[in-house]
Order: sequence, then C-alpha cells, then structure tokens
Amino acid sequence: MSVGAVDQVFIYFKQWLLSFLSGHAPDWAIQIASSLINIAAVLGVFLTLFALISVLERKILGRMQNRYGPNRVGPFGLLQPVADGIKMLIKEDVVPLRADKLIHFLAPVLIAAAAILSLGVIPYGRNMTPFVIDGGILFFFAVGSATELMVFMAGWGSNNKYSMLGAMRAIAQMISYELPLIITILPVVMIVGSLNPDRIVAAQRYYYFGFAPHWFVLTPWGFTAFILFFVSGLVESNRTPFDVPEGESEIVAGHMTEYSGFKYATFFMAEYLGMFAVSGLAVTLFLGGWHAPLPWLKFIPSYVWFFLKLSILLFVYIWLRGTLPRTRVDQVMNFAWKFMLPMAFTCVISAAVWHYAGHRLAAWFWSAVVIVAVYFTLSIFLETKKKFAPRTYRFAE
Amino acid sequence: MSAVAFVIISILTLSAALAAATNPKLMHAALSFAVMFVGISAFFFLLGAEFVGLVQIFVYIGAVAVLIVFTILLTRHDQEKTRGFNWSGVVISIAVFAGLVWAILGTKSLSVAPGRFAFVSVRRIGELLMINYAWPLLCVGVLLTAALIGALILVMEDKRE
Repeated sequence: MSVGAVDQVFIYFKQWLLSFLSGHAPDWAIQIASSLINIAAVLGVFLTLFALISVLERKILGRMQNRYGPNRVGPFGLLQPVADGIKMLIKEDVVPLRADKLIHFLAPVLIAAAAILSLGVIPYGRNMTPFVIDGGILFFFAVGSATELMVFMAGWGSNNKYSMLGAMRAIAQMISYELPLIITILPVVMIVGSLNPDRIVAAQRYYYFGFAPHWFVLTPWGFTAFILFFVSGLVESNRTPFDVPEGESEIVAGHMTEYSGFKYATFFMAEYLGMFAVSGLAVTLFLGGWHAPLPWLKFIPSYVWFFLKLSILLFVYIWLRGTLPRTRVDQVMNFAWKFMLPMAFTCVISAAVWHYAGHRLAAWFWSAVVIVAVYFTLSIFLETKKKFAPRTYRFAE
Repeated sequence: MSAVAFVIISILTLSAALAAATNPKLMHAALSFAVMFVGISAFFFLLGAEFVGLVQIFVYIGAVAVLIVFTILLTRHDQEKTRGFNWSGVVISIAVFAGLVWAILGTKSLSVAPGRFAFVSVRRIGELLMINYAWPLLCVGVLLTAALIGALILVMEDKRE
C-alpha cells in the first residue's frame, strides 16, 4: 500500500492540517480552511512553475539560437526570476496622465484573477481537484471568456491608440478562436457524457490489449481535436506564431504598452498562468489526465504524470516560439474561420461516427475517413480560392 | 452561512446596478453593469443552479458586456461630456417597475410555498434539451445561423467596388 500512500501524500497532509481544526471549529470554518489550503497549493505550485518556466524558456530559446541565455544569477542562471521579480517591484509605476486610473489599475488584477480561477477545476492527480464542480469544463471557459473584457479594460484605460488597437486585435482573435476551442472539446464531452473533468479523466483509465492507453488523443477524432485545441490554445494565450496583439514591430506592446513595473509583471504572469491552464485542460481532455501511459508504470504517483505531460506541452510552446515567425492579422482570422472552425465541426461528426459504428476497427476506419475526406476537400477548396495569398491593399497603395 | 452570503451578494449586486444607472462616465457604468451580471450568477450558484450561473457568466460577461463596451467604443463622440439627469428615463423606469410589480402580484405563484427542488444536474439539462426540446433548440439554431449570415452580408457589402 506504500504506492497509494505516496500517491495520496498531499491529501494526507491536508487532512493532517485540518485535523487541528476539527472539534474546535464549526463546519463552515473547516470548509473555508479546506478551500484556503487548496487555493494556497494551486498558487504556490503554479507561481513556482511560472518562475521556473520563465527562466527555462529563455534558456531553451538561447540554446535554439546558439547562445547561452541567462547564466549570471545563481547556478545555471536559476535565480534569474528572483532578480527579475525584484527589478519589477522596485521599478517606477508609471500611469499616463490622461488614463482612466481605476480601469487602468483593475485590468491587470482581474486578468490574473481570471487566469488563477481557471486553474482551479483541473484534476492534478488522484483526488486532487482543487474545486470540484459538475460543469467544470464550462466553468473553465466561462472564466476564460471574461478575459476579453479585462483586455478591453487594459486597452481603454490606457487611453493610447496602440493600446486600443492591440486590445481590439486581442479581442477579435480571442473571440474567433474561442469557437474552435470550445467545439473541439465537444467530441470528448459527447463520448464521456459529462462536463466534469474528473469523469473525463476517469473515462481514459483503461488500456487496450493490456498496454496501449485509452487516451482520447489516440483516436482519429481525438487526435485532430487535440491539435486544433492546442493551436487555439496558442492563440488564446497570445503565444508566438499568433502574438499579433503585442507585435512589437507594429503596435509597441499592444494593450500592455502603458503598463510598467509590477503591473506589467502581473500581465506577464497572467499570460503564463493562462498558458498553464490551457495546457492542463489539454492534458485532462486528451492526454489521459494523471493516468500513467503504461499499466506497469502505475507505481509512479499520479501528480508526477500530470506535471510531466504538462511540461512536455509547455516545451512544445517554447519550441514553437523559437521556430515560427509571427503571422499577419488577416491570416490569423482567415485561418480561424475557414480552416479551424470546419475542422472542429468535423471532429464532432467523426466522434458521432465513432460512437455509432459499433465494432472498434470499423469505428477507427470510418471516423478517420470522415476527417481525412473533409481535410482534403477543405484544402483543395481553400487552395483554389487563394485566400492565403499576399494581401491586396485597398487604401494604402 | 448562506444567509450571510445572500446579504453580501445582494449588496454587491444592487450597488453595482445603482452605479451602472448613475455613474456619469459611460464606460464605468458599462463595467459596473458587468459586475452586476457576476452578482446575479453568484445568486444562481447560491441556489445550487451552477449550470445557469455558468451560462450567465459565459453569455453576459463574455458576450453581452463585450458587445455593450464595443458599442460605446464605436459610437462615442466626446467621452468627457457627462450625462445629465434624464427625467424621461425615470418615468419610463418607474412605469416598467410598476408594470412588473403589478404582473407579479397578479400571478398565483407567489402564494405557493417554495417547494423542495430536486438537484438538477448538467446532464439532466442536456438530456431535456436534446430529447424533449430538440425541436425548439433546432429552430433557435436556424434563427441564430440566419442572424450570423445576415451580419456577415452587412459587413461584406463594401468589398466590391
């Protein structure tokens, strides 16, 4: 039983902490204390991960571009986030004279709050979901959709044309990619029959033939949906191939132009926390959550598997940043409406075919046929339409 | 516990609504309106109707509030101009309030004691929508698609010249 004990060590620790309260405090106080412990755990883990990933990203980018990256502060530059944090804290906080002070102040605070809230519904291990709710997936997207308003507040509150243009770009992009993001989770929700993240993880606990994991990414519809979800997640977290809202060469830093010091750091943190949240949801929905990839690897605790999968996805994010150039605004939008959205709907149809095809092999074949057929039809159609060709200027000739 | 939460949420929601109605800065009023939507969804959570609460946030914060804010952005002429006190607005709001009160007092449902509601899961709502009310749902879908295509055609107009 020692395997189970290591797996549940954090649960035992929390129960031990709560045992001081039980008998002395009423039930509601224990409930609040339990929630506070969960919140503290999520904040502690993810802010540490944020510090770690910010230095790792620079190291990996440096490696890809044949340079060292940060290596001055501490061993291997690992204390760089501490130095950055101190630098950000002691910088002057500049607020523009004509800015809407209240909105300018509230935007970074609320955007970080939304990012932290969406981290709450993800199952990090066996019995390790901080906030158990029946419609957890819906909660994730409800909180995510509120982010658009915060970005607008940042753009408006700064009273700066670059901020406003950046916010407009960000909102246009976020609204467009929210559609494929939500539709690509539908196949999973349809097959599992639940919006509860714990149930979705539990549905992926089996193994085919005793060894192949029953993850949704290993089905034709799941694979397609995972790729579409990942790309939409890239856009939602404003990561590099799609970081149009803050394209430095075009509009300074988008909605963050007028922010300095710790407020800028808060935006930066919210962006990374949002990236963790989307990757965590991708792990939950498609990569089996905290389940081990092979049945004889179950002795490794569940949370280790979750964070291993999460860090692989985060590495892909950094890898893409080191590899791809920035796309143009019209390309991003065209891609959303003409390719991502039809393909997302195809995943839904493919999952329905998978469900009704009966025999496993037939299900595999027919759902793959649906996706491949739509993919090629769409490619040929878009190729003849030439909508991805260089932009024709109507006003600036 | 829930009574305390009810009072706190009520104060928050009502003060946000009051701010939305009286704040001279249009953008602040719109954002107070969004805060009021959050308060209403908190009420749904308090009642155990988490699906409705989540959809409230989803639709009203993610879509309606963004729509309002964009409308202000695209139509403002001079943001410094403060709104004066609007007497016709007061008359209209009092008339609407009186009409609603009259309608509510006219129903019999007020005399019914609050029943013990069974917990409605998200799954049950989905089953009802997809099986019992599939036909109205499809009609709404067709209507929304028509609206979407109409909006696209309105925007596309200046393309050919």
